[in-house]
Amino acid sequence: MDFPSFYMDHLAGGRLIIGLIASLHVLINHPLAVGAYPLLTWMEWWAHKNNRPDIDRLAYRITFIVFIVTTTVGALTGVGIWLSTSLFAPFAIGSLLRVFFWGWFAEWLVFISEVVLIMWWFLTWKKADTPEKKKKHIRIGVALSIMSWLTMALIVAVLGFMMKPGVWNQTRAFIDAMTNPLYAPQLGFRTFFALMTAAVFIWFTAFFFTKKSSSGDDRPWRLRRWIVYRMSHVVLISMLGVFLFGTWYWNCVPETMKANSSVALLTQEFMSWHGQFQSLLGWTVATFVVIALGGLSDIFTVPRWALLIPSVMGIWMLGHFERAREFMRKPWVIGEYMYSNGVHKDELAYLQSEGILKHATYVKHREVTEANKLECGQDVFMLACSRCHSTTGLNSVLDKFTAMYGADKPWDSVGMTLFIKGMHQTRTFMPPFPGNDREAEALVAYIQQLRAKPQTLHGAQTEGISFSPLPKGPAMTAETQPQR
Amino acid sequence: MNALLAATPVPRDLPLPLPVPEWLLVFCLVVFFLVHILFVNLMVGGSVLVVVLEWLGLKNKRWDALAHEIAQTITVNKSLAVVMGIGPLLCINLLYTMQWYSANALTGHAWLLIVPLVITAFLLTYLHKYTWDSWTTGGRKTLHQLTGIAAALLFLFIPLIFLANVNLMLIPSEWEKVKGFFSALSIGNVLPRYLHFMAASLAMTGLFLAGWLGRQGSDFSHLDGFTRPELRRFFYTICARVTLAQFVLGPLLLFTLPSAGITTQVYVIIFSGASLGLLTLWVLFGELKRPDATIGSRYWLIVLLFSLVVLGMGSGRHVYREAALAAHKTQIKERTERYYTALAEFNKAHAAMPQVAEQSPEQLFMNCAACHAPNVKLVGPPLTEIAQIYAGNPDGIVAWAKAPGKKRPELPQMPPMIHLGEANLRKIAELMLIKGAAAAAK
Ligand code: HEC
Ligand code: HEC
Repeated sequence: MDFPSFYMDHLAGGRLIIGLIASLHVLINHPLAVGAYPLLTWMEWWAHKNNRPDIDRLAYRITFIVFIVTTTVGALTGVGIWLSTSLFAPFAIGSLLRVFFWGWFAEWLVFISEVVLIMWWFLTWKKADTPEKKKKHIRIGVALSIMSWLTMALIVAVLGFMMKPGVWNQTRAFIDAMTNPLYAPQLGFRTFFALMTAAVFIWFTAFFFTKKSSSGDDRPWRLRRWIVYRMSHVVLISMLGVFLFGTWYWNCVPETMKANSSVALLTQEFMSWHGQFQSLLGWTVATFVVIALGGLSDIFTVPRWALLIPSVMGIWMLGHFERAREFMRKPWVIGEYMYSNGVHKDELAYLQSEGILKHATYVKHREVTEANKLECGQDVFMLACSRCHSTTGLNSVLDKFTAMYGADKPWDSVGMTLFIKGMHQTRTFMPPFPGNDREAEALVAYIQQLRAKPQTLHGAQTEGISFSPLPKGPAMTAETQPQR
Repeated sequence: MNALLAATPVPRDLPLPLPVPEWLLVFCLVVFFLVHILFVNLMVGGSVLVVVLEWLGLKNKRWDALAHEIAQTITVNKSLAVVMGIGPLLCINLLYTMQWYSANALTGHAWLLIVPLVITAFLLTYLHKYTWDSWTTGGRKTLHQLTGIAAALLFLFIPLIFLANVNLMLIPSEWEKVKGFFSALSIGNVLPRYLHFMAASLAMTGLFLAGWLGRQGSDFSHLDGFTRPELRRFFYTICARVTLAQFVLGPLLLFTLPSAGITTQVYVIIFSGASLGLLTLWVLFGELKRPDATIGSRYWLIVLLFSLVVLGMGSGRHVYREAALAAHKTQIKERTERYYTALAEFNKAHAAMPQVAEQSPEQLFMNCAACHAPNVKLVGPPLTEIAQIYAGNPDGIVAWAKAPGKKRPELPQMPPMIHLGEANLRKIAELMLIKGAAAAAK
């Protein structure tokens, strides 16, 4: 990759941060925005129609929470995905932006309208004091619900597109994203998942606003009964959707994976994912059913903490769901075009023959010698491995090689070199090694040295950059290369 | 010049064309950025004003009420500032891919910190706004003020991160000196940029509030200590005085810019903008002299003039950026072209080479050699052991390699090798048995 390498050793190179920010974003966006807006709008409408100011007030209070969370953590984690991938994989985000510009541009426009609408809706709620104004106000809520759903629909398309190898290489048309076999089940799954979790969220927060008053007034209690009863229905119905779309998705994934990859990617890890997904789907759906039925039954039994169980399972399930994307993507960041380490498919053979250091920018040396072997190995590690592995931190190469060669004996350098040169054959989720033989040996020397003396590798954000100048002219050989 | 360039990294660009014509991107960048920075100005300037006015409000309640009114606008402006920032970010990523991402990486920790810092600042502004009527006395009021101060301090700090990046991207020749965010602050002219920006924030906030709180239909029920003309005058005064100060801060920024991008064109644009600014200031001071009855009648003229000034400065800034990076961009283009020409030649020669139809068994065996050595246990059992188990049974090896089981508890799981294909696995298996037997015989 031809950018200074941002890299954090202890956090799997930094990948973990993107994951963290993205998960947080999805966890807020699905239940609190996509799912909650329509339900809250519906509550407002119902209160208006049946003249129930208490329900309107409850909807307003829950919207307050939604408003605060989505306009702070929600919005900023969305931007944060962008900022963190710019750091960690600028080659990928930069290329994706050039390819899917219009998708992102449209996404931005929809996002602007979403932000304007949520502010408009929430901040004018109290001012809508006549039936006419109230009707108009409810329409803002409807528009908001549509826009937030559209934001999700668009971004799912962009993500689906990124995974679909081959096609855009030929057509480069955005519509191909929508024809991705995973698009419809994925969108349906997310929509119903959002509604289901939003219902549980509203149910849960309603408990705080419908506390029993001491004066024997049973109105709060009746309000609580009302909301629990309605939300149970929403949970039950959307759960059915989650189950159907989840199963459809589960059936589509292996087919797509087979069709998408030149090599059969059906590794053991994937098989175990596949099995786990099914049982997790079953158990999640089951807990939601139990809770929903409890809410429907007249005996008022579902305690507040019990609502946390399906929520946690939902989160777990969603995480599992997102992992499928990871599986399908590796070793690519852009299917059949660019590997996770920024190497293009069509330059692989060139780099393997010429060497990756020779054509890189932010490296100390361009040719491996006995003297600079370790420094070269470190640069090769940074270029070829650091987007997925750390040196000594999470998912470190040391751990990986220890698992292979054992902790107590010396590691066989020849074997390691062979492994690295064939790593994409042994482990199909890894890209091929993008350098020449001497560079593979330098990498092994670096790893051996790392084993003997584990040392944290620092990224450009702390160490800065060092680079050796490019030789002038097209012919770049070791002899003409000026020494710095 | 050459000595300078020698220390400038010249990376290869991404081999994809821009998705839209460059002029359109430039136009979008300049316009979207100005919209974004306007809301940022209002957010930053507003939060500073709120802190000061709330403090004045300890003596005279009417300032407290005014501060509260301003606090209501910040929470809206801040959301718009964020969402309107995405567009210019898209544009700058596209136009200055190699410089922008590099600056981000070099200040990486700070760049990442934007997310939690902004979240915290936003939550604090909400807390400040929604506790205004409940945290009113004694220690609670102090706590309330501290909340406002904390938010304002964050808003004062966060722009520095962006400015450091905007500054750093322009000076690739200095990248080698940067070791982390704080060292990036000492390169180029971050501080003059910062002062210019902060002054603009106060001036724009003054102008905005003169219009917003001074507008005909505005609700004065919470502001009974003020009259409408009084408020207009007050905010106009802030805008005018700070803008006057810009005539010192502006030149300071201009004359501290690294010389690489300074051209006559830049001077022409900036000085035209500045003379327009003088005119604006003249109208503004004229407005301040008006009696209560007519103050504010020139508001939209002033807004228009300010927009033109800002547009001028924004264009000047872009022209400077283009000129500063012209050499770097050309070098990158040349290097990229050189690389892709060589690559295309290589790939052509490569494709012309007679394709090896089949890999030899020895080559195929490389897929296993990382883990299986003749005599020693590497990752998996040695070939001698395999040859013993599967003597005369290569198909057994094939079956195993397609779907390896778990036999030896002390060894890791072997990955499935089914992607090599049955025929290839069969060749490997036969070779494995030969090698194993040979190693055992030694
Ligand atoms: C696309 C991301 C990616 C890249 C780039 C990558 N790896 Fe891996 N690698 C993985 C994954 C995923 C695993 C499996 C992790 C696990 O099993 O927990 C893995 C596993 C490994 C293993 C253990 C293999 C085994 O059989 O258990 C080694 C050794 C390894 N990688 C070395 C490297 C080296 C050296 C490089 C750089 C030349 C590299 N990897 C580049 C993703 C990557
Ligand atoms: C990543 C390392 C690795 C690679 C590459 C690898 N193996 Fe293995 N192999 C192992 C391990 C580990 C075992 C022991 C597994 C066990 O006993 O549970 C093993 C065991 C075996 C066995 C013995 C099975 C038995 O019944 O005891 C055979 C045969 C075998 N491998 C064949 C192959 C072939 C053929 C290839 C290449 C196409 C290959 N292996 C590539 C790691 C590897």
